[in-house]
Amino acid sequence: MRLKLVPESTNVNFFGITYITVGLSAMAMVASVVLFLTMGLNYGIDFMGGTTIRTDSETTVDVGVYRDALTPLNLGDISITEVTDPTRPDLNVAQIRIQAQDGAQAITNETIQAVKAALTEADSTITFPSVESVGPKVSGELVWTAVEAVVFAVLAVLFYIWLRFEWQFSVGAVLALIHDVTLTIGVFSLLQIKFDLAIIAALLTIVGYSLNDTVVVFDRVRENLRKFKTTPLQDVLNLSINETLSRTVMTSVTTLIALISLFVLGGDVIRGFVFAMIWGVLVGTYSSVFVASSVLLRLGVTRDKSKPDNTSGNQFANIDA
Amino acid sequence: MLQFPLWKKIVIWGICALGILMASPNLQYTQVEQYNDATAALEAGAEETPELAAMAAQWPSFLPSSLVNLGLDLRGGAHLLAEVQLGEVYAARMDDLWPSVRDALRGKRSEIGTIRRVDSPEDELHVRISKPEAIDAAVAAVRALAQPVVSLTSAGQTDIEVSSNGADVIVRLSEAEKLATDQRTLEQTLEIIRRRVDEAGTREPTIQRQGTDRVLIQVPGIGSAEELKDLIGTTAKLTFHAVVGRTSDQNARVQSRQIMLPSEDEPGIFYILEKTPVISGEQLVDAQAAFDQNNQAAVSFRLNPSGGRIFGEYTANNIGTPFAIVLDGGVVSAPTIRSHIPGGSGIITGRFSVEETAKLAIQLRAGALPAKVTYLEERTIGPELGQDSIDAGRIACIVAFAAVLIFMGLSYGTFGLFANVALIINVALIFGLLSAIGATLTLPGIAGIVLTIGMAVDANVLVFERIREELKSAKGPARAIELGYERAFSAIVDANITTLIAAVILFVMGSGPVRGFAITLGFGIVTSVFTAIWVTRLLISTWMQYRRPKTIEV
Repeated sequence: MRLKLVPESTNVNFFGITYITVGLSAMAMVASVVLFLTMGLNYGIDFMGGTTIRTDSETTVDVGVYRDALTPLNLGDISITEVTDPTRPDLNVAQIRIQAQDGAQAITNETIQAVKAALTEADSTITFPSVESVGPKVSGELVWTAVEAVVFAVLAVLFYIWLRFEWQFSVGAVLALIHDVTLTIGVFSLLQIKFDLAIIAALLTIVGYSLNDTVVVFDRVRENLRKFKTTPLQDVLNLSINETLSRTVMTSVTTLIALISLFVLGGDVIRGFVFAMIWGVLVGTYSSVFVASSVLLRLGVTRDKSKPDNTSGNQFANIDA
Repeated sequence: MLQFPLWKKIVIWGICALGILMASPNLQYTQVEQYNDATAALEAGAEETPELAAMAAQWPSFLPSSLVNLGLDLRGGAHLLAEVQLGEVYAARMDDLWPSVRDALRGKRSEIGTIRRVDSPEDELHVRISKPEAIDAAVAAVRALAQPVVSLTSAGQTDIEVSSNGADVIVRLSEAEKLATDQRTLEQTLEIIRRRVDEAGTREPTIQRQGTDRVLIQVPGIGSAEELKDLIGTTAKLTFHAVVGRTSDQNARVQSRQIMLPSEDEPGIFYILEKTPVISGEQLVDAQAAFDQNNQAAVSFRLNPSGGRIFGEYTANNIGTPFAIVLDGGVVSAPTIRSHIPGGSGIITGRFSVEETAKLAIQLRAGALPAKVTYLEERTIGPELGQDSIDAGRIACIVAFAAVLIFMGLSYGTFGLFANVALIINVALIFGLLSAIGATLTLPGIAGIVLTIGMAVDANVLVFERIREELKSAKGPARAIELGYERAFSAIVDANITTLIAAVILFVMGSGPVRGFAITLGFGIVTSVFTAIWVTRLLISTWMQYRRPKTIEV
């Protein structure tokens, strides 16, 4: 007996609930933009400049003690968070974030040494597994490079799909992409997960993954459009999504299996990064089924009806000798 | 389509075998690393000790021994992004130019009157003449000093631009010369940083130029970024100046072309010095940690012939006056010249510890950084954190791998097993490729591999689903498989090229760990398409020929 996530043949009408799905997507996108504008992203030092210090101790982390130790140093805004990892309860790790100091320099050796000395005084078993500093000059550039990378990736893909398909497909795919990226930024704003350079990499992977799914559906649409020249577009789209549904679900599940094991076991350093990708796979799968095809349906496709297709609709429809 | 000619079979299995062979050293990472270090040491002519021989015997020499490089976030170490203050060099160039400008104008004293250097922006040289009506003659005299710029892109241009403003002759570097100077400064900085890092004896440092004025320095295994900054951060710029006076008033007035610098060993004391140095560090050829006659730690130095001659002349002409030894903006000592010092060697004494003199000697030998560097970005990752990440990544990889293998087996039966064999080969190929080109594996790179494990089966899933569909229209198994591959092909290509586009953009625009992720993702895409299209198909075709099934279930 085989494991079948999707029945052998499905005949779901994906456009029966267009109003609900399109409405949901639109609402989610608006909500994401509102969240982004009101709560904002929790930018990491890559984007804001500043210093983060990871501390590891043999005794339980007491954020208050750390704060008291650092206050006299007058370093401006300091945030201290305890890092928790359910798979490693013995972890006594904290993340200390210090705002960017004046000047283009990332941080001076004196400041780091003062911070380390103050913390060691408060807790003699403390060690500093990582110290990272980014100066304000570089962080500004990093933001721009990141934005450029995402925009450039979307444009490159738009162009490729336009080459391989028609422009309507390309618009559909890119709208689905914008949908995915917007929702990811929304969820990062909502949960206030640290948004750093690695998350940009995750965003671009989401772009790649979501496209992967969309392109597979589109490929089948293209094939079916040639096969059934007179069938209404909506039916062709429905048929194509149904035919590829099993594959869409299978691939999403294997990818999710891999990502979830990384999320649980991969350690706290990359958890945010993996979370972004898991979210991206979920949203990307949804968008390639509902968003991209809805856009395609709305835009319509120029079809070659010059040679009427005699076989469509009869029992020979699927046979090509 | 299902039939493979023999040569194709050989090529496919050959590539797989090669991939596995190239990947194999990574399974014994520590041993192979020690083997590599030991053989490298032996080849470099190190004496063969039992330990070295034992290390070199840990891995058979006929097997490949290139490993995946571990990134800083996995190995631990320090990362610095430094910006070179290129503008400082322009100021030094102007100072160097002043004596020849002075000599050129002095030759025309009758025509232009007396001359005087006046304060100016750092990168310009302003000379005031007492007869403003002869300014054109002065400009012409200075302009005659201009040299053609030696570079490919700026043929026909000269190194300085001379203009006038009232009674002032204004000299500045031309744009072409500035470009050439920037280029030289950056190369020199890179070279000096490389020498200093090498003198400290750390393994495999990365020292790269980035953009027009930046240097990226990555040193695995070093304790912290502060340590690295200490090593390369101080410019160790040594100059000798004539002393004008000594004061304890920090706000004492200094005349034009003079500077006031603090004394290093007497707090609160300041020296007023001639701004243009008599000798600068570029003329130094050697420096050694030494002891002076009172058995205090000191640094002995030797100058090159021209520096030695200038030093000799200067000491001969200025017996009885003090001169200052200035190191990085502080007066280390200001001895009085007792006698003529020929030969160009001497000793710097100050309040040094023995360690300090050793470090100072290294820095002086390696040469002074031509310009100050500021650090825009610095990261330190401790080796324990890196090891934790490797361990966590390894467990996550194994679990993800096992889960996907089981899932594929349950979903597609025999065909799932074929896909699993292909997946195992796929991961081996990724590691083989990474090792072969000496790519760097980072923590996001591990995430890329895990993601690839999940996504690599996609191409197989596409084919298998298609075969299922083709089977429904009641074709024979062989024909269904053939059509399945044929029809799924365009979807596989389009889907993977779009992901590859994202990976390439990440690689081009990203840096450090992000780039590591792009590499593993990109390789993963290429190898997964190879394994899905060739390896799985070859497995299926061999199986079909061997079993000749009447019906198949996918």
